[in-house]
Amino acid sequence: MAKGRDLWMLGLDVIAAIAVLVVLYMALVWAPDAANLTTPVERAAQRIFYLHMGANVGAGLGFLVTFVASIIYLFSRRRIWDMLALSSAELGVVFATAVLATGSIWARPTWNTWWTWDPRLTTAAIVWLLYVAYLMLRGALTDPARRARFAAVYGIFAFFSVPLTFMSIRWWRTIHPVVLGGSNPEAQGGFTLGPSIRLTMFVAMIAFAILYTALLVHRVRLERAAEEIEQLKEQFA
Amino acid sequence: MNRPNSRIEPAVTQARPTAFETGWLAGVSGYLRKVLAIVWKDVVSELRTREIVSAMFVFALLATLIFQFAFDLRVDNVRQVVPGVLWVAIAFSGVLGLNRSFIMESDKGCLEGLLLTPVDRSAIYFGKMLGNLLFMLVVEVIILPLFALLFNLPMWMPGILLVVLLGTFGLAAVGTLFSAMTVNTRAREVMLPILLFPVVVPVLIAGVRMTGGFLDGTALSEMRNWMQLLIGFDMVFLALAFMTFDYVVEE
Repeated sequence: MAKGRDLWMLGLDVIAAIAVLVVLYMALVWAPDAANLTTPVERAAQRIFYLHMGANVGAGLGFLVTFVASIIYLFSRRRIWDMLALSSAELGVVFATAVLATGSIWARPTWNTWWTWDPRLTTAAIVWLLYVAYLMLRGALTDPARRARFAAVYGIFAFFSVPLTFMSIRWWRTIHPVVLGGSNPEAQGGFTLGPSIRLTMFVAMIAFAILYTALLVHRVRLERAAEEIEQLKEQFA
Repeated sequence: MNRPNSRIEPAVTQARPTAFETGWLAGVSGYLRKVLAIVWKDVVSELRTREIVSAMFVFALLATLIFQFAFDLRVDNVRQVVPGVLWVAIAFSGVLGLNRSFIMESDKGCLEGLLLTPVDRSAIYFGKMLGNLLFMLVVEVIILPLFALLFNLPMWMPGILLVVLLGTFGLAAVGTLFSAMTVNTRAREVMLPILLFPVVVPVLIAGVRMTGGFLDGTALSEMRNWMQLLIGFDMVFLALAFMTFDYVVEE
């Protein structure tokens, strides 16, 4: 492995670590309490919102990159795109799990329940299931070429079904607050975005994007190393 | 019998080619004939064995009965649960049929034969898809009057029939492609529902909503959103399956 690339990756790791620390400081200490929340528990719970939104960015990026890499794989048939699709889907599932978990932790004090079958939550669960199914499909196939082709096809289908599912929930009542763009009169537990809260949210989203990129680079490298080992094993077997 | 042999003397039997034999019309009708030949093959083998449709029907009936046990004692108005029960029965029995569709082909080595035929791969997709759609519709044609009878509801109305047709079309469009995929996986019977159900969620939501709406007497114009969602789903995923089927059956 080239020295320059190692250095580059180390730099990315350091930037990601600093960004996460900055977000933690901003979210937990620097950002003021949301003005319209009354109880101390609600105000404390609101601070998880920054990580919730950040993880959302990670999940969204993960699934978008899987989609794009899947299409490119089908056209180019180069293994690297399949590795990228797999790595990105795994990271997407991790971040989506974090979205569901942080959302539940917030919902407990604010909505007084861990989970409710609100359409927004249901869609998030369906998206999570879509990509868990993607990973299961990969696990059920042994031939690498076929696995890559089928996974790419499913990666495309999964990504197309997200907006359709999302559309169908927009026509339902939802109690989930819409933070960006428009306010929902049915929403419960929403809050107004002051300038410092907005800034913290954007910093969190950028930081998670960097964290996602750093993890992706490592995951792809791991996948390449695993393939090299497979090839070496075949050589000496 | 004195049958003219068109292979040896095409000029004699086809003295004046019609529009169907030249140009794009010939291409379209030839393509359609190939698609229908594949559908016919599935229909004939089903008529001989009767193993898919009967299993789907019995399974749909069982699902309905289990829902009866689960809901009957606690629900005041069956109208509230019947749309859901109907669509679960359709989805579950549909998966059963879709699974058989390609397992049948692959177990007897027929898939290779099918792929060796000189037809476009997409014709195979459309043929299998129409066959699956047909089997599912046959089951639904029996299930719907039965639902009307068992739950004392007017299930046999044009609106519900239209929704069931469009929803089944979506299920068959996605399900046929995924069936061709999962037949090659380990634990293949289990993989299909895991892959299929998250993708067809919009069909199930729209199907349940509109079936319920028609039962409550809502006009179609008030459910235009759902109708558009259903038609949009059918078109988008049929096109996607058409474009990706080549990659799935490629060796």
